Amino acid sequence: MSNSILSSVSSDPRRGAPVTAGRPLLEIENLSTHYVSAHGTRVVRAVDDVSIRVDAGETVGIVGESGSGKSTLALSILRVLPTAAKVASGHIWFEGEDLAYKSDAEMQHVRGKRIAMILQDPMASLNPLFTIGNQVAEPIRVHEGADRRTAWQRARDLLKAVRIPSPETRARQFPHEMSGGMRQRIVGAIGISCEPRLLIADEPTTSLDLTIQAQYLKLLRELQREHGLALIFITHNLGIVAKMCDRLVVMYAGRVVESGPVAQVFDEPAHPYTRALLNAIPRMGDGRQRLTAIEGQPPDLAALPRGCAFAARCPDTFDRCGKESPPEFDLKDGRTARCWLASVTTRAGVA
Amino acid sequence: MNVLEAEGLTKHFTARRGAFGGSRGVVRAVDNISFGIESGRTLGVVGESGCGKTTTAKLVLGLEEPTSGSILFQGQNLQTLDAASRRQYRKSVQAVFQDPYASLNPRMRICDIISEPLTTNEVVTPKQARERVLKLLDLVGLPERSADFFPHEFSGGQRQRIAIARALVLSPKLVVLDEPVSALDVSIRAQILNLLRDLQEELGLSYLFIAHDLAAVAHMSHAIVVMYLGKIVEMGDARTLARAPKHPYTAALFSAALPSHPGEQREEIILAGEVPSPLNPPTGCRFHPRCPSAMPVCGEQEPTLASADDRLVACHLFASGNNTKGSPQVQARP
Repeated sequence: MSNSILSSVSSDPRRGAPVTAGRPLLEIENLSTHYVSAHGTRVVRAVDDVSIRVDAGETVGIVGESGSGKSTLALSILRVLPTAAKVASGHIWFEGEDLAYKSDAEMQHVRGKRIAMILQDPMASLNPLFTIGNQVAEPIRVHEGADRRTAWQRARDLLKAVRIPSPETRARQFPHEMSGGMRQRIVGAIGISCEPRLLIADEPTTSLDLTIQAQYLKLLRELQREHGLALIFITHNLGIVAKMCDRLVVMYAGRVVESGPVAQVFDEPAHPYTRALLNAIPRMGDGRQRLTAIEGQPPDLAALPRGCAFAARCPDTFDRCGKESPPEFDLKDGRTARCWLASVTTRAGVA
Repeated sequence: MNVLEAEGLTKHFTARRGAFGGSRGVVRAVDNISFGIESGRTLGVVGESGCGKTTTAKLVLGLEEPTSGSILFQGQNLQTLDAASRRQYRKSVQAVFQDPYASLNPRMRICDIISEPLTTNEVVTPKQARERVLKLLDLVGLPERSADFFPHEFSGGQRQRIAIARALVLSPKLVVLDEPVSALDVSIRAQILNLLRDLQEELGLSYLFIAHDLAAVAHMSHAIVVMYLGKIVEMGDARTLARAPKHPYTAALFSAALPSHPGEQREEIILAGEVPSPLNPPTGCRFHPRCPSAMPVCGEQEPTLASADDRLVACHLFASGNNTKGSPQVQARP
């Protein structure tokens, strides 16, 4: 579509987006999503004071362990949260509108049309009772009011676009007749069927084999280029982020602990958690060196410790960490880190 | 010395076609593979789903009977063992599975979970069993009080430690690790991989390590076997194989592995298509329909696993010397 979207990458990615684009495509401001128990006695702060921005055409990776709030964040953007969860505060600005305060009826025109999502398990996101063609055509008929024939033709073209061999026959088949990789590509076809501006992929390749994963990631990159999509990758796999993403957001215990351009964060992680994560992954050809493990467990989100949530596992912790929770510090190059040490190093000009 | 030796190991499953039987196909899940696991070392097995790694593990564990071929454990052929020695074998070979949420009985206390193999296989008093459990808990880095808890009171990483303790209670020689860390969080994986390495050093264990994560396999293993559709395509020292794969499939597999740094430059080999059905594997080399360097001979003749420099490779590209007819040109490869 347009190449102008790429121009925003060069300018300061944090504050002050390029004048032409006005605001970023998606800007999440201090978003908090809480799960509240039936009697309101227990509150789990699954997403707590999260601010993220995604420019048009950009790929942002959101990394975190299970329970870090990354999936809840994605569900919050699309407002498809389970009933126990509520957006407690904050804003989700998308193309100038605040999704956090839209009605359900209004959200139906956003989901699948302007923002699409790919989930981890393609078999669970496809209906086993309908043909592939029907399912790819459905959003086109619903959102664009296309008639059956046009929608079917578009569906066939989309299947071709996601490299499904002999799309004509495949469109008449059912999900169980496809392999896992093909199903995930079909889910991708449904995702891009209405030309969304933003595609959220939640662990899209976890269920795929390595060589199929490589095919799929390449396909996503091509689709992104052709359609000018912005992409949010939710994953626990730092390798995917290294391969696919422009910017990285690291979440821990519901908060963003670090964010910034991928190469810089990998080179010089500002938060001890990010550093520990990067050291904990085995690397090809590192021989049989001992890995630096992160000791302990992530904290219970319903009973977060006072101060920094990572303090108990942090190798660099000092007395302030246990008392006060660090705010999000703005570092250079549009990076942020939620760590007292990051504030010290930037002031001293080391980072 | 090899603690375990597999020779021409083959496992075929008959598949039913259609509701009334009809013509039966044979799935060659594992087809004539040979490998050895050295004492105190780790053999890594990599490959995609359907390549036969889990069937191999099941054969080694004695959960499946091989169609043909044999497994020698400390020099003894499993097929010829009497019931008592077979029991002994089962004690010497234990397993740790992928999902610690599924592999621990939620109704049993940790002490009973870990001591169950002991009480069923040996005559021990409850006191002795408990002592052994406490020793093992300490070994895998869990506090003694864990013995009286139930599995749901533990996190995934702790559960995997319990599963490891259970596998070690009979002091096995060989432990089959089937995707032992893939269900765990990234920050926990390193803990478990380190623990497994420490235990190996301390107890002189041998591992058969099966995993999707190539970097983890390369990190843990001394030797690596690469499988494709029930066949071994390449086999050799872990570090050299990971650094310079020879077989085109291994090369593609390792190039598909994700980089550990965004700046890492790697030749990207994207394979076309998917793994064919094992019911109807391609003729000749099973990899040839997807192979970027396929030659005419590949579709006709099945390559044998032959030595190429420092390892074994089953590929016509490397079989120049031993091949009698239709010997292909050996291409210069980067």
